[in-house]
Amino acid sequence: MFGIDIRQKAWSAGLIVLFFVAWELFCVITGMSDLVLPRPSQVFVTLVQRFPVLWPHILQTLGTTMFGFVLGVALGVALGAIIGVSKTAYDTCYPLLIGFSSIPKVAVVPIFVLWFGSGTVPAVLTALSICFFPIVVNIATGLATTEPELEDVLKALGASKFDILWNVGLPRTMPFFFASLKVAISYAFVGAVLSETVASNRGIGNVMMTASSNFNVPLVFAGLFVLAGLGVALYAVFSLIEGRVTGWATRKNDVIAT
Amino acid sequence: MRMHPQTQFDGRPVPEGAAVTAIELSEAAVTFGRGDRAVPALSKTTLKIADGEFVALVGPSGCGKSTILRLVSGLVQPTSGVVIVGGREVAARALRVGMAFQNPTMLPWMTIERNIMLPLKIVEPFRSSFRRLRKTEFRDKANALLEQVGLKGFGNRYPWQLSGGMLQRANLCRALIHEPRMLLLDEPFGALDQFTREELWAILQNLWMTHRPTVLLVTHDLREAGFLASRICVMSARPGRILDDSRVEFARPRTVAMTFEPQFVALNQKLRAFIEDARSAAQQGTG
Repeated sequence: MFGIDIRQKAWSAGLIVLFFVAWELFCVITGMSDLVLPRPSQVFVTLVQRFPVLWPHILQTLGTTMFGFVLGVALGVALGAIIGVSKTAYDTCYPLLIGFSSIPKVAVVPIFVLWFGSGTVPAVLTALSICFFPIVVNIATGLATTEPELEDVLKALGASKFDILWNVGLPRTMPFFFASLKVAISYAFVGAVLSETVASNRGIGNVMMTASSNFNVPLVFAGLFVLAGLGVALYAVFSLIEGRVTGWATRKNDVIAT
Repeated sequence: MRMHPQTQFDGRPVPEGAAVTAIELSEAAVTFGRGDRAVPALSKTTLKIADGEFVALVGPSGCGKSTILRLVSGLVQPTSGVVIVGGREVAARALRVGMAFQNPTMLPWMTIERNIMLPLKIVEPFRSSFRRLRKTEFRDKANALLEQVGLKGFGNRYPWQLSGGMLQRANLCRALIHEPRMLLLDEPFGALDQFTREELWAILQNLWMTHRPTVLLVTHDLREAGFLASRICVMSARPGRILDDSRVEFARPRTVAMTFEPQFVALNQKLRAFIEDARSAAQQGTG
């Protein structure tokens, strides 16, 4: 099992290296102008040189993402708990939720800017509005799948609705919840950058916008690399937390594998 | 067993004749739904069960056996009639009832030990001291029960590490941990193979003989009813009512070998005949 794991990781790393090497070779062979597609080595150099300038923007983007994410999680959990516990609430709210979630979020950024001006607030709100939906759905699903027999056993003991929610419903929801956090953090990140690109004077999204209007294409790509790195890092952190907290849900696989 | 001192659990058999009524259904009927879509689940049923009795309910499927269990546990209210459990009308919950279903429903994120202790987290007087005693007294209590059902040392395993039969034994432990005066079992061994089932009969009999709760067992298996019960009630097809109510006098502890003796087989045949009649009557009624 261990050997297979290592080999798998080696393949993944190899593919990433291969991708960059192929890109570099492509640019060198075709003599591509760096105004169109800069070489990856060039992008890395730019990234290192301009890092002191990029750093505050990275913090800005991370900050708005996390803030929007935390608000989105709070809202998502509350809404998910309400519609997961009550069948009526579920049926009533679902069409409206679907409606909200299917609006492309680029379309709402101008509205947020109209209300709150450009800058941090619309970025946070965009992150929030884009990331809360997967959490709502997952919490609601987790709560709705509680076994009726167990509920009967506890009700016969005189357990209140809250007892059942606290001891059975919420823990059962945790794997769903953490799986949705992984998705939600990526969404929040996308939302924050999106809003920065459209209307802000800070953040990685804004750096990329400014650089592209100055035809500083290597810097645009440097921003892209930063975004990819941050996205992977955020995803990894939440996968790690998921594994720690809800290991019971996947432990079955370990046993089969060993 | 280390348990709170409580008279009905000291292991002494309840003296015959001086029995207190534990469960009383008088003319209780249940109808689900209203108006045109009303489905009668249970006809007016009168049933009296004494404290410490082991009663099996048998009958064709869908005849309202489970409805009686749900009435007694307070999960369903009678549409008409009265249900009195432990001297109280059932509308008031928080009776000391232990329940077990065919599906053991152990929570996968807890060890077996902690699964079994779950009722202690809910029911008074244990609830208020749960945080204080869960690592000491309550855990010992759970392990003592596990030992009784032959699962010694499995307390810190997780449910997925146990077989179906083992989970069902743990399920019985969970139903008993809070020292219920009443144990309600809805086809608890229905999903198990024949041999595991017979093994669990002996375990359940042993548990009943030491703790002496009032047991109401719903089952399809006539041998199971004969092996375990001190009294068997046969029910008619839906809407159910009680057709026959007879005592089972075989000496305890009963063994699987006894279930093949002529007297036992005769009892089985008698029950079979009742249920077949009920089934054919129902088919004529509908067809």
